[in-house]
Amino acid sequence: MAVTVRLPGSLRDAVGGDNKVSATGGTLEEVFADIDRRHPGFRARVVDERGRLVTYVNVYIGEDDARSKGGLAAEIPEGAEVMVIPAMAGGCR
Amino acid sequence: MSLTAELVRTRVRGTILERVGDTPLVPLRAIAADLPGEIWAKLESFNPAGSVKDRAALWMTVAAEEGGRLRGGRRILDATSGNTGVALAMVGAVRGHAVEIVMPDKVSIERRRMAAAFGATIRLTDPLEGTDGAIREARRLAAEESARYAYVDQYSNPANPLAHELTTGPEIWAQTEGRVTHFVAGVGTSGTVMGVSAALRPRGVRIVAAQPAEPLHGLEGWKHMPTAIRPPIWDEDAADVHLMIPTEPALEMTHRLAREEGIFSGPSGGAAVLAALRLAQSEPGLVVALIADGGERYLSTALWE
Repeated sequence: MAVTVRLPGSLRDAVGGDNKVSATGGTLEEVFADIDRRHPGFRARVVDERGRLVTYVNVYIGEDDARSKGGLAAEIPEGAEVMVIPAMAGGCR
Repeated sequence: MSLTAELVRTRVRGTILERVGDTPLVPLRAIAADLPGEIWAKLESFNPAGSVKDRAALWMTVAAEEGGRLRGGRRILDATSGNTGVALAMVGAVRGHAVEIVMPDKVSIERRRMAAAFGATIRLTDPLEGTDGAIREARRLAAEESARYAYVDQYSNPANPLAHELTTGPEIWAQTEGRVTHFVAGVGTSGTVMGVSAALRPRGVRIVAAQPAEPLHGLEGWKHMPTAIRPPIWDEDAADVHLMIPTEPALEMTHRLAREEGIFSGPSGGAAVLAALRLAQSEPGLVVALIADGGERYLSTALWE
């Protein structure tokens, strides 16, 4: 399933500088794994050692907060847009 | 600038704004138990609107009034990650000024609702652009509608560090009876570090500026300077020591503050205490760490789940 993942300025270095990447996967876990295959180290920026979204990152699947849909197990509808944003506001160009 | 602590006190006499500042300074007995020195926490959540930003908001507003920038019903405008918005909204409510706040969408809902509760208008910017996106939007509004807005711009307003030079710094000196050896605070606008540095460095206090270790972090209000819009008031040379603090251990310290010291802090407070702890291991003394706000305004985030 193809999805577009939009990223904050503070994560763009992890994917070569782009503000969005295309990925495939039926769940958020699969989508992050797909990005990590092409951009090693990406997953470690957004998933903690216990295998959960880091507390200071929010992920939206369309308008839904991924945490309310199962976290990394959240299903991604076809054509959905995924948005990764800092949960706290700090500066980043 | 002719702003003085006496002038500000005079302007706010008889209102809740008299309660801005004079916050408690308490020793951390458990967390600092094994250290050769002491760590004390300056609890800025005791300000009326709940954060250190009450100080800058009050002083920037009085400075704008004194400079005639708020005549003709001009609205106070600023970009903020939230706490300054709440503080400006509270000060504006008391002083009779309309307030418009630009902040990133989808940050913790508490501050947005608090600013609105005080009557402020909220403009939301792209959450992917963070605080810097809000700054760009505030600059655009101020440039295009200069007759409508008084853009106080906490990142470049000298009244921001001046508030700390003339209140926070002297308070710490008096509360420690001159025994303070180090002051630790995070850098966001840098107003706290710059102002306290101006007040206490000439008295021999070493100034410690802490930043997030990574561009993507959870330390609300702090800036990762290498990747952020640089605040014009910031000068690295005002600090003697610079520490980079990673988020996860800072969040663990935020939990320890609640469970071991009874201090319910926001994440940046945990980060400041962690920085103080690291510093105190190599430079023992009486270290004061500034805790910028309370944990209540992060209850909707994953921090306390």
